[in-house]
Amino acid sequence: MTLTTDNGDTAASGGADLSPEELLAPVLSAFWDEEKSWSLEVYRRHEGYEGLRKALAMAPDDLIAYVKDSGLRGRGGAGFPTGMKWQFIPQGDGKPHYLVVNADESEPGTCKDIPLLYANPHSLIEGIVIACHAIRSSHAFIYLRGEVVPVLRRLHEAVREAYEAGYLGKNALGEGLDLDLTVHAGAGAYICGEETALLDSLEGRRGQPRLRPPFPAVAGLYACPTVVNNVESIASVPAILNKGKDWFRSMGSEKSPGFTLYSLSGHVAGPGQYEGPLGITLRQLLDMSGGMRPGHRLKFWTPGGSSTPLLTDEHLDVPLDYEAVGAAGSMLGTKALQCFDETTCVVRAVTRWTEFYAHESCGKCTPCREGTYWLVQLMRDLEAGKGTHADLDKLADIADNINGKSFCALGDGAAAPIISSLHFFRAEYEQHIDEKGCPFDPARSTAWADTHTEVNA
Amino acid sequence: MTTTPASHEVSLGMPQLPAPAYPAEVRARLEADAREVIARYPDSRSALLPLLHLVQSEEGHVTRTGMQFCADVLQLTTAEVTAVATFYTMYRRKPGGDYQVGVCTNTLCAVMGGDAIFSALQEHLGVGNGETTEDGKVTLEHIECNAACDFAPVLMVNWEFFDNQTVESAKRLVDELRAGATVEPTRGAPLCTYKETARILAGFPDAREGAVEAGGSGGPASLIGLRLAKGESPQPRVVHPRGQDAGPTRDTAHQSSPGEHLSSHDAPQETSASDPAHPAGPAAEEGE
Repeated sequence: MTLTTDNGDTAASGGADLSPEELLAPVLSAFWDEEKSWSLEVYRRHEGYEGLRKALAMAPDDLIAYVKDSGLRGRGGAGFPTGMKWQFIPQGDGKPHYLVVNADESEPGTCKDIPLLYANPHSLIEGIVIACHAIRSSHAFIYLRGEVVPVLRRLHEAVREAYEAGYLGKNALGEGLDLDLTVHAGAGAYICGEETALLDSLEGRRGQPRLRPPFPAVAGLYACPTVVNNVESIASVPAILNKGKDWFRSMGSEKSPGFTLYSLSGHVAGPGQYEGPLGITLRQLLDMSGGMRPGHRLKFWTPGGSSTPLLTDEHLDVPLDYEAVGAAGSMLGTKALQCFDETTCVVRAVTRWTEFYAHESCGKCTPCREGTYWLVQLMRDLEAGKGTHADLDKLADIADNINGKSFCALGDGAAAPIISSLHFFRAEYEQHIDEKGCPFDPARSTAWADTHTEVNA
Repeated sequence: MTTTPASHEVSLGMPQLPAPAYPAEVRARLEADAREVIARYPDSRSALLPLLHLVQSEEGHVTRTGMQFCADVLQLTTAEVTAVATFYTMYRRKPGGDYQVGVCTNTLCAVMGGDAIFSALQEHLGVGNGETTEDGKVTLEHIECNAACDFAPVLMVNWEFFDNQTVESAKRLVDELRAGATVEPTRGAPLCTYKETARILAGFPDAREGAVEAGGSGGPASLIGLRLAKGESPQPRVVHPRGQDAGPTRDTAHQSSPGEHLSSHDAPQETSASDPAHPAGPAAEEGE
C-alpha cells in the first residue's frame, strides 16, 4: 500500500519539467496542515482579516471596481465575474441587500468547498464581511448543505469567534453599520445548488428554480437585491485585497486569472486537493501526484463534476481554465477532476449519474422531469444488455430535448454525460447491445482491487 | 418492508383528524427553541427548514405532529409545511435508527467500491435500503455524492465522514454501532445520536467538549497538494483502520419497525416516485 510515483502510466510528455513547488500555489489551503487551522487564532497568524482592514478603508464602489479588476471569476461552475455580480446590485434603492453564500456543494465529484470550510472557515467569513461592505448589505447567509455536520460545527464556531472579535455584529462595517451572518443548514436537495432554487429554499419553500429575469441582483431573497456567490469565490477575496490584484493576476491567464482548488479523485495514486494557478493541466497534476493507480490507464474524466461533458486521455494537456476547457468541448465547472481508468464501464458510470439527475430533478419543468426518467429507463436497459441500437438514437434524441430546453442547468447537466459518452464511447454502448451484457467486472474497479498483487509483489 | 401498515384502510372522504399536539412541556420547550431560530431571519418562513430539523430532533423523524407544530409557530398551513417536508431527503418520514448509515453510491464512490459496500451491508444487517435493524440502532441507506470524492469510497454515519472504507471496515463499523461502542469518524466528532445531530442541523451548536476540534484540521487527501507544494512527499493513502475487536455480530432478519410513536402511523412515507400505487402520495392524505 505504498504510493508509487513512477508507473502511473500517463504517457510521458514534454514540457512537464516544473516541480510541484513551481506548479502549485497554496493560498486558501496554505496552513491546513497546522493544528487548529480552522480557528481564528491560527487564521490571524496567517494574515487573517488583513484583507478586511484594507477593504474597509475603501469606498464600496472602489472595492467593487477593485475586485472586478482582479478578474476573479465565480468558482461554483459558471465562471461569472464576481465583481460584476456585485456591481449589478442597485444602490440607494432603500431596500435591504443580501449576500447569500452557496455552500450547497453537491455536484457529483465536487469536493473543494467542504474541505475548505472544514479547515479554513474564517477565509469565507472574512470574504463575506468584505463583500457585504461592497454591496452595502447588513445581513448575509451561508446556505450549507445539511449532510456535512462536521463542517456545520466549525462554521458555528467560526461565526461565534467572528462575532466575539467584532468582525460581525454591531458596527462591524463602521459606525452604525451592523452586519449579521446566519448559518443555514439545508436538508438534502441537489437542486438547491442552483442559485434561485437556493433562494426559494432559504425562504422556507421547496427548492425550485425561479424564472429569470428578474435576476437575484434585482429581486433575490425576499424580492430584495441579492448576490449569490460560491464559497470559494468569496473566500478568495480576502487574499486579493491583502496581496493585491496584480499578485492575483500574476497567476493564471488574462481571462482566467488567479489561483483555485483542483480536486483530484477516482483511480489516481494521489487523490486530494491541489491549489494552483488556473491553467494547470491534468497531466501536470497526475505527473506530480503519482499518476493513475499503478498499472492502469486513464480512460475518461470530468473536468468539473458530472455535469461537465466527459473528456478522455486525448485531453490531458488541456489547460484547466475557463476558456481552454470550453474550447475542448466541456466546461471547467467546479474543477472536480474525477478520473476513471480502463476497468470502468462508461455505461455504468453514466447510468448512475443519470439516476442521480432523475432523483434530483425538482419536477418543475417537463423536459427535465420526464426526460431524465426516460433516460434512466434506456440507460438501465443498455447497461443490462437489453438495449437495442435504436435506443442509442433515442437516448441522444431525449438528451437533446433536455439540453438547453429545461428550466435550469440541472437538465443540461443530465444531458452532458450522455451526449459526451455517446460521442467518445459509442462502441462501448454497442458492445453492451451486441454482447447482451456488460463486458466489465465491477470488482476490478474498486479501490482495493489491486491490493493482493501489491502485497505479493 | 411495506411502509403501509396492514391495518391502514382506504379512507372514503372523511377528513383526517388533526394531528395530536405535543405534550404541553414539550411544546413549551420547542416553542422557546423555535423563537430563537425564527429570530435569525428577516422573514419567519425562512425558519421552516431548521424547524423541521428541530422537530426531527425531538422525535427522530418528521411526524404530522411536528409539521403541525411548524405550521402553528410560522402561521403556515399544514399543506405548506408538508409540501416542504416531503421535498427534502434529510427529513425522515418514518421512524429510523439511532445511527443513519449512508453509503455513497453516486458514480465515483460506487465504482471505487460503494456498490460492493452497500450490498455487503444489506446482507450483513439483513435490511434493505431505508430500513432499520430490529434493535433500532442502524438505518441503512444509499446516499448521493457527499463532497468527499477524494476519500472514496465514503460512508456517512449521522452525517459524519467515514473515509476510504472497505467492505470489512464498513461491517466492523456497523457492528460497533450496534454493540454500543463509542465510534469516531475519520473526520468529525465522536458520534452522537440521530436526534442530537438533527438539533445541530437546526442551528444549535454542538456543546460537547472537544467536538469542534475533533478530527483534526484537514484529512490526508485535503493536504496532499499542500505537502507537494512544500516539497514534502505526500503521505501514502491509508485505509482508515477500524478497531479489530469488532462487536458481536448478530444476524437479524429485518422486520418493519413497530409504529410506536404517537403519530408515526400517519406521516407520509413515500413519494409518488417511490410508491407508484399511490401517485398523489401526501397530497391525497392531506386533502381527502
